[in-house]
Amino acid sequence: MSAARVEVAKTLKLYVNGAFPRSESGRTVPVLDARKRLVAHASHASRKDLRDAVESSNAAQPKWAAATAYNRGQVIYRLAEMLEARRAEFISLISALEGRSKAEATKEVDRAIDRCVCYAGWTDKIASVLGGKQPVAGPYFVFSMPEPTGTVAVMVPDAQPLLALVSLLLPVIASGNAAIVVAPLANAPLAIAFAEAVATSDVPGGVVNILTGITSELAPWIASHRDIAAVCGARLSSGDAKSLELGAAENLKRVCLFHDAPAFEDDAFWHAPFAIAPFVEIKTVWHPSAL
Amino acid sequence: MTQTPFAYAPAPESVRPALKPSYGLFIDGRFVAPKSGRSFRTINPATEEPIAEVADAGAEDVARAVAAARKAFPKWSRTKPAERAKLLFRIARRIQERSRELAVLESMNGGKPIKESRDDDLPLVVQHFFHHAGWCDKLAYAFAGAQPRPLGVCGQIIPWNFPLMMAAWKLAPALACGNTCVLKPAETTPLTALVLGEILQECGLPEGVVNIVTGGPDAGRAITALAGRNGGRNAVDKIAFTGSTEVGKAIARSVAGTGAKLTLELGGKSPNIVFADAALDQAVEGVVGGIWFNQGHVCCAGSRLFVEESIHDDFVARLERRMQQLRVGDPLDKNTDVGAINSKAQLETINRYLKAGGDEGAVRHEVSCTLPKKGFWCRPTIFTGVQPSHTIAREEIFGPVVSVMTFRTPDEAVQRANNTTYGLSAGVWTEKAARALEMSNRLHAGVVWLNTFNRFDASAPFGGYKESGFGREGGRQGLSAYIRLGGGR
Repeated sequence: MSAARVEVAKTLKLYVNGAFPRSESGRTVPVLDARKRLVAHASHASRKDLRDAVESSNAAQPKWAAATAYNRGQVIYRLAEMLEARRAEFISLISALEGRSKAEATKEVDRAIDRCVCYAGWTDKIASVLGGKQPVAGPYFVFSMPEPTGTVAVMVPDAQPLLALVSLLLPVIASGNAAIVVAPLANAPLAIAFAEAVATSDVPGGVVNILTGITSELAPWIASHRDIAAVCGARLSSGDAKSLELGAAENLKRVCLFHDAPAFEDDAFWHAPFAIAPFVEIKTVWHPSAL
Repeated sequence: MTQTPFAYAPAPESVRPALKPSYGLFIDGRFVAPKSGRSFRTINPATEEPIAEVADAGAEDVARAVAAARKAFPKWSRTKPAERAKLLFRIARRIQERSRELAVLESMNGGKPIKESRDDDLPLVVQHFFHHAGWCDKLAYAFAGAQPRPLGVCGQIIPWNFPLMMAAWKLAPALACGNTCVLKPAETTPLTALVLGEILQECGLPEGVVNIVTGGPDAGRAITALAGRNGGRNAVDKIAFTGSTEVGKAIARSVAGTGAKLTLELGGKSPNIVFADAALDQAVEGVVGGIWFNQGHVCCAGSRLFVEESIHDDFVARLERRMQQLRVGDPLDKNTDVGAINSKAQLETINRYLKAGGDEGAVRHEVSCTLPKKGFWCRPTIFTGVQPSHTIAREEIFGPVVSVMTFRTPDEAVQRANNTTYGLSAGVWTEKAARALEMSNRLHAGVVWLNTFNRFDASAPFGGYKESGFGREGGRQGLSAYIRLGGGR
């Protein structure tokens, strides 16, 4: 009788510029499941990894923003297809890592995939809902439209790792921003499985970068980085929130940490265009409409 | 000096506002003496003569104003929206009735030409109240399905360049959304806000819904020091600031981690781009309005003029000829185009930039008129031969000074225009529609004026990209600054 087959364990790396590099720091951290068994080693992202991610995301963002909204919608729908294909993997990762029941994990994964589909449908409607023609008191044709802010850092909290990631990331990229996701090391297997879905969808390299690391370690660098335009996050510790907001004053980044937001299960809130609004700039254009 | 055979006879505005010799702080529906015991004289920058004595609020006074706003909040936020609306409509109407007097006072206290305070500032003040009055009972449609709720107490700190207009831009949306307010007018221009306090009293706005604290930067800091979501007796839930980027950043730091909401409308170094195919005389008028409106004390002023290289000499000649026609002088004269600089300190700032412009090698062209002996005055100025690295091409001067640079291709124009940490406004002059629209897409600015400049409207959102701040004022988009969404905390 042959011995039990040796499982092929996955090496967890980062996801930067459409590729899977190791952390330049060479640091790895063991990831344990809910029963304290070793699952894998996560790459522990450093400040230099962050800089690389910013470079890649700033290079990719203008092109992503310039793609038609219809095209961005199809790309995000393709991401939902890739997530659906990995549904079983996500379910077993969530239940293993968090020690939650299969049923609970299934609910979270399904909600995350459905939320992705929702945002695939938002791309070409954001402008009609958040913008519009303005009825000014004079002979001018005036319209306001949302434009992406640029590179947005997305700080994913520990709990509900997949749903939180999708809920925070999708509103950011739907409008044409590029994102640098910072996911907790403890959930690295999940974040990197998500990265693999992104990599096999049609999301252009650099539009979504995923770093696994320690929020409080990266937060000050993110906050003070002049080429990051905004910070998105939720359920962060008050210390992390403060360090992000304080550093953000450096270049007046937009910071939205959804202090007032309801739970991620609240579809009415997280599917609304108002989750997209903090990461767009409203541009108002005037032109005379009479000679 | 260019002597014209036909000089303009003076056409002074004759109305004088009914002013008290001294004003207290407007707290809880009454004008009260400041606990700080301090006051200061506010002057007319065109004559340097004092107009009135104004209270200088200390931290204790600010805390008192915030407490009044907190006390008023539960009832005001639960007032039937349609009733709130009627009060705001009434305020709009009353300001309209007193427009002429308020315009004169604005010009007396701030130095801007009466032509502008009468035709630009006051109509916009009224429109902001009227427009937002109508929003009170329609917020659920503006944020469909998202359960909009007021934030609470808003601390609002405003600048001296459009004193009453900034008060209206801050107060009207905040009140429409059901918030209560503590407004701090700028140190040099407190008077129209105080008269507005009287109007609010007269119109029956409930006590404490709007509180007005006059004073200097310390009073402003006392407001931001109270930022925090704890909802305590003295907590401010939202800070809204219009002013310099430097102060905006300091405010952002002091609000960090408190949970208070923040919107900032800050500085700019806005590009005004003239293509060779523009209607040149219209473009000249647009550039004039873009930089010399309100003595250039305009955050969105078109202070960097980019002219397509092939028309540079012709355009600058036309612009200088037009500039020489500007009438600089008494703000209360109805013929005046350019009034007094708002304060001695601002004049000194502008003069430093004028010197830097010359020192760094730019060529200065200025209006050759005689300036009044007293008061603070600056000649409208054009700098040519400006390099992008020059101080006057990078920093906000906030005065009647335009820096002229050139470009050869639309790509170069976009690249140079966007090469700034600011992003408040941009202007484009071309007769080619597709080019205008393409430029509007590529310019990083919150407001893009195509074949026009410096237009404002209560229904059109205004605010910046990048270090020009965040948040919008005006229109449905502007309401977001004063509401909380969702059924959560």
